[in-house]
Amino acid sequence: MALLEVKNLKVDFETTDGVVHAVRDLSYSLEKGGTIAIVGESGSGKTQGAFALLGLLPRNGKASGSVIFDGHEILNLPTRQMNRYRAERIGIIFQDPMTSLNPYLRISRQMTEVLEHHRGMSHSAALAESVRFLDAVRIPDAANRVRMYPHEFSGGMRQRVMIAMALLCQPELLIADEPTTALDVTVQAEIIDLLVDLQEDFGTAIILITHDLGIVAGTCEDTLVMFGGQVMEHRKTLDLFANPQHPYTQGLMAAIPRLDKKVDRLSTVSYEFMVGERQA
Amino acid sequence: MFGYVSRRVLSAIPIALIAVTACFFILRLAPGGPFDGERALPPATLANLRAHYNLDLPLIQQYLLYVWRLLHGDFGPSMVYNDFTVAQMLWIGLPFTLMLGFTAFVIGTIVGLVAGALSAVNQNKWPDYVLVMLVMVGLVVPNFLMAAILQLVFGVYLNWFPAGGWQNGSLAHLVLPVTVLVLPHAGRTARLMRGSMIEVLGTNYIRTAKAKGLGQRLILARHAIKPALLPVVSYLGPGLSYLLTGSLIVEQVFALPGIGKYFISAALNRDYGLVLGTTILYMVIILAVNLLVDILYAWLDPKVRYH
Amino acid sequence: MAGLTGKDAVLTEYARKLETLDAPKGRSLTQDATRRMVRNKAAVVSVGVVLFIILFAFLGPYFLPWTYDKIDWSGIRKPPNFEAGHFAGTDQNGRDMLARIMQGTQMSLIVAMVATMVSVVIGVVYGAVAGYFGGRVDAVMMRFVDIMYALPYILFVIILVVIFGRNPVLLFVGIGCLEWLTMARIVRGQTLSIKEREFVEAARASGASSWAIIFRHIVPNLSGPVVIYATLTIPEIILTESFLSYLGLGVQEPQTSLGTLISFGAPVAETLPWMLIGPAVVLVSLLLCLTYIGDGLRDALDPKDR
Repeated sequence: MALLEVKNLKVDFETTDGVVHAVRDLSYSLEKGGTIAIVGESGSGKTQGAFALLGLLPRNGKASGSVIFDGHEILNLPTRQMNRYRAERIGIIFQDPMTSLNPYLRISRQMTEVLEHHRGMSHSAALAESVRFLDAVRIPDAANRVRMYPHEFSGGMRQRVMIAMALLCQPELLIADEPTTALDVTVQAEIIDLLVDLQEDFGTAIILITHDLGIVAGTCEDTLVMFGGQVMEHRKTLDLFANPQHPYTQGLMAAIPRLDKKVDRLSTVSYEFMVGERQA
Repeated sequence: MFGYVSRRVLSAIPIALIAVTACFFILRLAPGGPFDGERALPPATLANLRAHYNLDLPLIQQYLLYVWRLLHGDFGPSMVYNDFTVAQMLWIGLPFTLMLGFTAFVIGTIVGLVAGALSAVNQNKWPDYVLVMLVMVGLVVPNFLMAAILQLVFGVYLNWFPAGGWQNGSLAHLVLPVTVLVLPHAGRTARLMRGSMIEVLGTNYIRTAKAKGLGQRLILARHAIKPALLPVVSYLGPGLSYLLTGSLIVEQVFALPGIGKYFISAALNRDYGLVLGTTILYMVIILAVNLLVDILYAWLDPKVRYH
Repeated sequence: MAGLTGKDAVLTEYARKLETLDAPKGRSLTQDATRRMVRNKAAVVSVGVVLFIILFAFLGPYFLPWTYDKIDWSGIRKPPNFEAGHFAGTDQNGRDMLARIMQGTQMSLIVAMVATMVSVVIGVVYGAVAGYFGGRVDAVMMRFVDIMYALPYILFVIILVVIFGRNPVLLFVGIGCLEWLTMARIVRGQTLSIKEREFVEAARASGASSWAIIFRHIVPNLSGPVVIYATLTIPEIILTESFLSYLGLGVQEPQTSLGTLISFGAPVAETLPWMLIGPAVVLVSLLLCLTYIGDGLRDALDPKDR
């Protein structure tokens, strides 16, 4: 049985300009320990589709369809019940590490509260466990730095903290929403390597959301390409790269700047096949 | 932290000194004097009076003399209430004004914070609408009008509370004046708190806290309240200043024995000593509160502490 | 390729739309703000009410049989009497209350306009200069603002009023002179960010003087926050004026203002309620509506919400 089964997921937003359909009819499934990449440009609905799983949509967002996690329907669960899945069984890493940590609380406080809340650990036990995880995400001098505030860390380090925090309860599924977008290129590679290693160590299934086809190639088994809230193409990553079928995917691939071919201009994705009712 | 506090304390001193200087000269350069009564005094008497209060000295000498005395805690004599020194006058009126002001300040701040937070948490639901309406009333009804309405309704028609007077501090006499002072302060505080709370609840780190599966109460108490308080804390200084101003009116309307009454007549009669003394004391209080606010702010915001 | 993902039907439809319809039009910032403002019902109603109050105050007196200072010896302390033309009653001196309310509203509105203008001019110039020159100039200028903030503001107004006598014009200017502090702070903050923008850089590169840059390039770009803040300053000033008038330091008889009217009405509200109700209703609705308009403008122009 699949760990996660998403069927006909729809996400709509009520805005002053009318209803925006951010995600229309998204379906995929993920095995235990499996990896899937959801690729698309900003506004393609990939992030909102993931937030809907955990009930993290903004107030004006509404999800419908079905999400089966480990045999249970979890879409639109009441917050109280959803909280038993959040962090405990499904972890999430957000796009922007600069704003996703609370600037007014020490890292230790922000990490230990997860273990205290879900595992009922004592503060000192939770602290020791947190330091262990900070070590695991290769933060040097973790035992001392755990007492610092987020602004004393660099962007890459903050994202490591976020990852450690998401893994604290050793969840079965980790959603990584553009984990590297806000970071420097060199740091990006480190973070992706880290995710791959952790996935092997902990056997966590990963949904990697990104707009960067480059980081998908060596990371995920399956790739799902989204545009305008819809799935354009969903296949094995290797097949997809070898032989993109959909014109949008082809365009996306052509747009990756390459060093091995000489071109006069960088290619952009052509939207002639589509005019979006995307968010104004 | 200690370094930060001592730096703030030191930087308040020149501000106070400059402000004293400004007040002194503005007041002195204005036309008119304390002895321009209805009847002109004989020149000899006037000269004596002026000499008695050192008004015949060059202005700069008067200023230095004043500052010198001030540093020794001497506010000089009152020129209109002849039998009293300014310090005595202040000692009579100020404790009451401060008691009234601070009581209203504490109550209003707490009420405002709670109302603003409740309003934000229930954004666009009925408790929010009700609170926003009440806040608007507190904001736009001027205190002298509110005082008149409360006196009429609760003092005259319902007869629940006395409509004025003091009677050595019975609690019932304080209810209406304190309410009049509390309403606008609570309104402004609630408005600020609501806005900043709504902003904080929409931030990414609150989303992170939700993704951790924490309960609503824990999220509010641990993650949201501190950052939401910051803009409110920086309003508290000006807020107290507004409030002490409002107490001038409230003391008049409810016939209470504060400093407000004396201040207005002192200003009208050019009682330099009393006006300066009152202004300086108010200023010191406001500076002190601003200092406390800054320290509170640094305590709340880890980023400020490290600069 | 068709039907591979089963979504091409939708795409074809989009393609057809693309041919037949115009591409989605971009909306300018102003249009967007106007739309948001119009959609804000409270603000729209408030604009209507304020306009009505302005017309009431300035045109109303021409339709009344009594002027604000005329004494009707046969009608002293009388409740509203339509036959005698006293639609809102008379005061203790037999003057028509409605005419006095109109005159008082006029006075309050004029004070508010003049004082707001003074505060806007001082605040914008001061803030823009401090923000543009930055460094030590900025530090000294903003320190001064901090000092002014620490002073008990209303005591200062009272001292000023006492010094300059009870001249309404000086009163307006005096209030304006003390209301500019917050405006200066806001303008300085905005200037600090605007002066880093490319068009200012371009102007500097082409040899424009500092003053030309400040007044031609920076100040015009401040209009958003200035308008918002000025709108929120007007009710503050009306309150300050009524406060001073209430203390007897404001507008002098036989002229009047809303604050003065309330100060005369309040002590006799039990026996002559019409002396309090009229001015109170006008003052409160004026302040309420101006606050709503200011809030509406802020929400409409504030890019943070988008």
